[in-house]
Amino acid sequence: MSQHAPQEPQSQASGGTAEESARPLLEVTDLVKSFPLQKGLFSRRETLVKAVDGISLYIQPGETLGLVGESGCGKSTAGKSILRLIEPTSGSIRFEGSEITGLSRTEMRRYRQRMQIIFQDPYSSLNPRMTAEAIVGEPFVINGTSRGRERQQRVASLFERVGLRPDTMGKYPHEFSGGQRQRIGIARALASMPGLIICDEPVSALDVSIQAQVINLLMDLQAEYRMSYLFIAHDLAVVEHISDRIAVMYLGRIVELTDKRTLFTNPLHPYTEALLSAVPIPDPAAGRERRIILRGDVPSPIDPPPGCHFSTRCPEATGVCRVETPVLTERFGGHQVACHLR
Amino acid sequence: MENSNAARTDNSGETLRQSECVLSLEDLKTHFITREGLVKAVDEVSYHLDRGETLGVVGESGCGKSVAALSILRLIPQPPGKIAGGKILFKGRNILSLAEREMQALRGNDISMIFQEPMTSLNPVLTIGQQISESIRLHMGYSRKDALDRAAEMLTLVKIPEPLRRLREYPHHLSGGMRQRVMIAMALSCEPLVLIADEPTTALDVTIQAQILELMVELKEKLGTAILMITHDLGVIAETARRVVVMYAGRVVEEAPVDMLFGDPRHPYTMGLLASVPRLDRSALAARPARLSEIKGIVPSLHELPKGCFFAPRCPHADARCHSGYPLWDQIRPGHKVACWYSRQIKGEA
Repeated sequence: MSQHAPQEPQSQASGGTAEESARPLLEVTDLVKSFPLQKGLFSRRETLVKAVDGISLYIQPGETLGLVGESGCGKSTAGKSILRLIEPTSGSIRFEGSEITGLSRTEMRRYRQRMQIIFQDPYSSLNPRMTAEAIVGEPFVINGTSRGRERQQRVASLFERVGLRPDTMGKYPHEFSGGQRQRIGIARALASMPGLIICDEPVSALDVSIQAQVINLLMDLQAEYRMSYLFIAHDLAVVEHISDRIAVMYLGRIVELTDKRTLFTNPLHPYTEALLSAVPIPDPAAGRERRIILRGDVPSPIDPPPGCHFSTRCPEATGVCRVETPVLTERFGGHQVACHLR
Repeated sequence: MENSNAARTDNSGETLRQSECVLSLEDLKTHFITREGLVKAVDEVSYHLDRGETLGVVGESGCGKSVAALSILRLIPQPPGKIAGGKILFKGRNILSLAEREMQALRGNDISMIFQEPMTSLNPVLTIGQQISESIRLHMGYSRKDALDRAAEMLTLVKIPEPLRRLREYPHHLSGGMRQRVMIAMALSCEPLVLIADEPTTALDVTIQAQILELMVELKEKLGTAILMITHDLGVIAETARRVVVMYAGRVVEEAPVDMLFGDPRHPYTMGLLASVPRLDRSALAARPARLSEIKGIVPSLHELPKGCFFAPRCPHADARCHSGYPLWDQIRPGHKVACWYSRQIKGEA
């Protein structure tokens, strides 16, 4: 199998050794992304929507950090801001020890190879006019790393590695099924030997039986190449399955971050509790007296409630929650929670 | 094991028939004529729905679960679609032989439907009140004023706060969860016997999904509406359905009471589906997550279905017999039937 590997993993690009694993591959501090919003036709005042409102996280080499939350919580914006596909408003992003927020486009290119992204919708994220071979081989063209027959061979081995038949390389995206397209997206991300792949809802658009194939593939590839994943999804069961640690987002902020076992067995934030209990379990025999049904909807990020953003739906909220923003603080064993009451 | 063939019948569980059946599909065939040829989107599908029960229909995209539901309301565009055979009996009467006018009286009144994406099923230029009261006036002959009162009552029933204000609002004012509540209010406003819910919570966030499912279960109890719950989500099925029908490539492959389907599935496809879903209640407790079990390959194209069992090319147990002939029904127990040659030999644990 190893002769099909695209190349040696480069997670220690700066010549690091095992001890270096203490240093995170990615370190995000106080990341903010706000979008301007014109309020009304004649209003001069611009309102800012804070899609990502000061999040901090780190990812170790070879680790998977899950980022969960409901639609509009800012998880995808956070993922794209980390890659600077969307320019972050403020905050620091350190990748392999270097700050990347101030870098120019050219300087950024070096890092782009090492930080890849896989999108949710394999229908719209692949260029319909390029063959699968051209799509997967494009990173080699851009980086000028290989050409001609050699490039073709490397694409073929990537195809095999992600479970696609190399003889289908000449086909166009629409000739593949949804799961196969997602494999093409993965092969393309793999082509530049990234240290980090941001997986933005990579299996949400896939059928159940295909979902399992793609999740297994991602986990196998990680074991083989020791890549890190930032795994963004709304499906808690999937995130739980693939992640080492999990961050829960609500309206632009991380409300809880801990290892997955702790999150599942001992969630501290009331939102995490409600979220976990809301997931339907595919087993009619599983008892379910503990379901917490949250009332109301997620407030609009344009006009978030003051204090704790969750206070409007929290069954336990008190006066202080509606006034003061809780800070994400560490409790024990790296378990971080942003709640006044827990 | 040899006598298992003798037990094969084409009978769909008499014992459960004792309760009153309101809707049944009998060998329904819905076909589409496409450029690539004839597509049998729904092929010889039979299932029934008893008064006040929830029947889950589960399957992956393209398995025909939604097409079968649209056929019930005769909402299949013709052409290219065509109901090519079979019967749809509503309270014993074959819907397929009704005139379009009679059909209109039935839709929304006796059988109504809610869809996955409420935004596309609501009219963006009419107020919520106008939309709900329209069907009430049409089907129940209420005056404009009475219909609006009834609409407000329905909004209260689906727990929309400030119903009178909401009546004057437009769909875009509402969140996704609220819109689905409006759809449910509209669907239930004429007290139908049957509610067809086609992926009603798939577009919703998980905390909102929990609200909507709770509401649906509660209303079913209160109003006695039978629900046809169509979904790909086995969790939703487990929490709402009493019986389940599993579809694959246009056909029903297994039908069972919900406990049996999850506890003793007999079709390899059902087993595969159950095993391939990551389980929140299990995975996090394991030290290192096990690999998910996969169903190999992909769903066959309806243009080129395999010769024998449609699942055979992906089935770990398939042999020559599976590749040559489509399996007959095997009645495992009352209300539990499977279309698999080896349903007695293969026992999976999900």
